[in-house]
Amino acid sequence: MAQRTQVNTNINGEEIDFLCEPRQSLLETLRDVLGLTGTKEGCNDGNCGACTVLIDDRIVDSCCMLAVEAQGKNIITIEGIASPEGLHPLQQAFLEEAALQCGICTPGFIVAAKGLLDREPDADEARIRHWLAGNLCRCTGYDKIVRAVLKAGEVMRSS
Amino acid sequence: MQEFEYVAPATIEEAVKLMSESGVKARGLAGGTDIIIQLRALQFVIDRLVDLKNIPELQELSYTEKDGLKIGAAVACHRIYEDPTVQKLYPGLIDCSSLIGGIQIQGRASIGGNLCNATPSGDSIPAQIALNATCDIAGPNGRRSVPVADFCIGVRRSVLEEGEILVSLNFPTPPKNSGAHFLRFIPRNEMDIAVANSGVSVVLDDSKQKIVSAIIALGSVAPTVVIAKEAMAFLQGKDATEENCLAAGEAAKSAAVPINDMRGTIKQRTHLVGVLTKRALVKAIARARGEE
Repeated sequence: MAQRTQVNTNINGEEIDFLCEPRQSLLETLRDVLGLTGTKEGCNDGNCGACTVLIDDRIVDSCCMLAVEAQGKNIITIEGIASPEGLHPLQQAFLEEAALQCGICTPGFIVAAKGLLDREPDADEARIRHWLAGNLCRCTGYDKIVRAVLKAGEVMRSS
Repeated sequence: MQEFEYVAPATIEEAVKLMSESGVKARGLAGGTDIIIQLRALQFVIDRLVDLKNIPELQELSYTEKDGLKIGAAVACHRIYEDPTVQKLYPGLIDCSSLIGGIQIQGRASIGGNLCNATPSGDSIPAQIALNATCDIAGPNGRRSVPVADFCIGVRRSVLEEGEILVSLNFPTPPKNSGAHFLRFIPRNEMDIAVANSGVSVVLDDSKQKIVSAIIALGSVAPTVVIAKEAMAFLQGKDATEENCLAAGEAAKSAAVPINDMRGTIKQRTHLVGVLTKRALVKAIARARGEE
């Protein structure tokens, strides 16, 4: 086995150091080393966005990044979206709008949408659809997802 | 995935040394959105991956009127299209850097990596050529400069020799009365590989009615991005009219030598060269006139 490297990160607000091999993707490391299985593996080649995480407030496909590249980075995964007080407005809106069916793409959509709404809470439908083009959903047909993100934007603007 | 050593040097000298030691078994890493997938798919086998993102010069994005725009080879796409100077002076670069992959990919991928990957469909390459960009390359024998137009020499093959890395892409300050545009055709709205693409630039005379010179670069229609010399010669000295743009688009078709594959046919790709080139020229002219 190749030599393992120590990587120091902040994941969901907590300082986390882990050991990984250079060949391990961030996705693989989150799931198999750190047990953060909310981040999903879809295509594993940068097409589907199911593995989307926030790295220093920017959305990234964690399958297209090595875990060793995460040294010194701030990472937010789906596990870090809700607060102790309750669900994030996006999570609440996804429930209310029934914006998920099988659920595999949902963590990626919620993290990607957070990356947009944190920056542009007034994003309109066209902007949301463009922003989420890197996330694939084979169940919903996207309309319900877009409605949920629009609704979460409203809630985030008013709070 | 295959095993390899990961190193992240802080200087160009160190990176060149690390690359040279492993020769053909070393690869540079910028955004990783191509190479990590290729390593996983065993498209090639390496001993060492040299992460170039910690080298300040490869992360530089700077502009001076005298030296033009310098984009470090590892600068991610989002930094390019969010940069006010690029937005103002190089809208042709905004066109391509904002449509490579989705937002997730644009958060990591660089146009330097897009060039080094050297695919026929690399979406930033026609725009780089249309903007007269040159590559600054560092290697065991020092630095050298190569025009982007000469960088790719075949499908996934470039002029980079063993031990060499791309340091930056350098874009001269656009001439007065000039404009550029890049267009791509894909069957979806986003997130697809070009069936054909076209990057163009024009320089108009002071009346803004006549074309002094034009550059037309076409992607996905040959083993490397090709330059439509016949169409460029046709435009020289012509009136900047939609009619002439249409004729130049027709002339550009002769430079295309496309293949039939799952993305498109020879017939469709040749047709697209005409349509995309004409539309790109019309918009480049409008930009040169300051109409947008």
